[in-house]
Amino acid sequence: MALAKIITISGRGVVVPGNDIDTDRIIPARFLKCVTFDGLAAGLFADDRKAAGGGHPLDDPRHQGAAILISGANFGCGSSREHAPQAIRKAGFRAVVAEGYAEIFFGNATNIGLPCVSAARADLQRVGQAVAADPALSVTVDLAAMQLRFGGNAVPLTMRDSARDALVNGRWDAIGELLEGLPQVAAVAGRLPYVSAPA
Amino acid sequence: MTPRSLFEKVWADHTVRQLANGQTQLLIGTHLIHEVTSPQAFGMLRDLGLKVAMPHRTFATVDHIVPTDQRTEPFSDPLADEMIKALKKNCAEHGITYFDLNSGRQGIVHMVGPEQGITQPGTTIACGDSHTSTHGAFGAIAFGIGTSQVRDVLATQTISLSPMKVRRINVTGRLRPGVYAKDVILHLIRTLGVNGGTGYAYEYGGEVFDRFSMEERMTVCNMSIEGGARAGYVNPDETTFAYLKDRPYAPQGAAWDEAVARWRAVASDPGCHYDDVVTLRGEDIPPTVTWGINPGQGIGIDENIPAPQAAGSADERTAIEEALAYMKLPGGAPIKGTRIDVAFLGSCTNARLSDFKEVAAYLKGRKVAPGIKAIAVPGSQLVSAVCAELGIDRVFREAGFEWREAGCSMCLAMNPDKLVGDQICASSSNRNFKGRQGSPTGRTLLMSPVMVAAAAVTGAVADAREVFAVN
Repeated sequence: MALAKIITISGRGVVVPGNDIDTDRIIPARFLKCVTFDGLAAGLFADDRKAAGGGHPLDDPRHQGAAILISGANFGCGSSREHAPQAIRKAGFRAVVAEGYAEIFFGNATNIGLPCVSAARADLQRVGQAVAADPALSVTVDLAAMQLRFGGNAVPLTMRDSARDALVNGRWDAIGELLEGLPQVAAVAGRLPYVSAPA
Repeated sequence: MTPRSLFEKVWADHTVRQLANGQTQLLIGTHLIHEVTSPQAFGMLRDLGLKVAMPHRTFATVDHIVPTDQRTEPFSDPLADEMIKALKKNCAEHGITYFDLNSGRQGIVHMVGPEQGITQPGTTIACGDSHTSTHGAFGAIAFGIGTSQVRDVLATQTISLSPMKVRRINVTGRLRPGVYAKDVILHLIRTLGVNGGTGYAYEYGGEVFDRFSMEERMTVCNMSIEGGARAGYVNPDETTFAYLKDRPYAPQGAAWDEAVARWRAVASDPGCHYDDVVTLRGEDIPPTVTWGINPGQGIGIDENIPAPQAAGSADERTAIEEALAYMKLPGGAPIKGTRIDVAFLGSCTNARLSDFKEVAAYLKGRKVAPGIKAIAVPGSQLVSAVCAELGIDRVFREAGFEWREAGCSMCLAMNPDKLVGDQICASSSNRNFKGRQGSPTGRTLLMSPVMVAAAAVTGAVADAREVFAVN
């Protein structure tokens, strides 16, 4: 299974401000009633957008087609629903830049090839201001240089090494590697009575 | 030998190999699935032409969207009906044990595992649900995973994961009367923050945990994720073994004795390394209620709702303002006396027998205040059956509660149980996020089951110790 090497992502950015944005807000539970992930984009921030009455950044015509979602600290906290990063991707985003992430969300996003990189708050404010001033500005997430570039600026990004390695080397979906390990899985399982004994 | 924590031992026992990206291929000994996060995983499996590697190590039940009133198929919500049918079909096709509505053993997945004795010390447990941390109460390393990882477990019984750091959390002394396990975890999250546990597994211990029942330990471990910790656990002890003895999936006979010996040995060694240690005094923990839009925004029942101007930082001020605007609550006012519309007693945090028993003892002879919708939802069919045997359901009904069938219900409101408009709900569940209980403007106040009962009978947030003369 050859996976894409995800090294640089360029596109327009949009800021969804706030800290501790939970996965219930990213995609409310009623949108989880589905047996496939198709069509999840409609649920992205659905309640926040409705409450904003058209004033939500994602509904701002100037930000349509944005590929990079910019937010605050502890993004994606709460539920383990993979529907959250899936909805972000299906809405056209190719990377998230935030101050930090909840762990399950971060792992789920990485596993579907959606890079979640972290930047310092002051730098996030700078890129946010730049995007607000010029919504058409091209923003680049560079996982090789670990830099965020926009309008002649470059600020540092951070990301857990294992995730960065998986993305840039095209092994973010672990299934192939996990399958290769099956003979060793059987050996480990055989040493654990609760796994090997028939239930 | 170097002393090791339970986490280190379990991790080592389940490590298959190192992967190219530096993560561990970790064996997941026990996999639990439900109707909401599994159908897509089975779909991916089909697309890749893969089989379930160890069907005997996956167990299924239906909880998230199952109605708690109507219990016969087809369900009135066609999407819910489709998802439940998909689960049944996938389990049958792959030879997976499914505790369905006719089994008498259906319930919230985090109740079914322990009740059946599937949840055991020294094991790894994963489920496509963040409250999988609940199972850590038994000394298991248990955590939520996404759907792609559900696929990985189905196909290989493993996932790719990095080890967590371990933070030991001691709660010393005793809890005061009227203070419960729920208050311990709400207080802890308030103290350490909703992302304080990011990167950690929490090891809970100290006198308060030593004395806790398994059900109380589950309540605390359940909400580890609300503090950012993907897993939380308690070292196994006699309380753990007594709970598991003679459960359907617990080892029997000689295998039981061998298992207990292994379980004793898996507990953290004295003097093992912790990446961090936090100690709280049990006596300092008040009955705690949330006032905001994340589980860390909690206060003691005697405290006032925070006011933006009293915030210690610009961040905190913004957070308070956002929360107060959504909650429509006045900063600086006492939380006590806040009028409620709905009382919900249920969820994987607090819908166990001990929760209903404790509340019933206080509810006897009391009535839900006029105009309050009060619903009680047992977490499992087994809890429901024992409550019926003991007459607990009748106490609730006579008090004016609706007594429902087992499921997640109004914790996440994927079934018909939802708040309406900006109703405010006193809830024994685990999340007070915006819109969590099914209405985009609905409001949630998290608290212990006894505090929910106190709110139900008085119609407002109240100190259960006063309402029920607890001392």
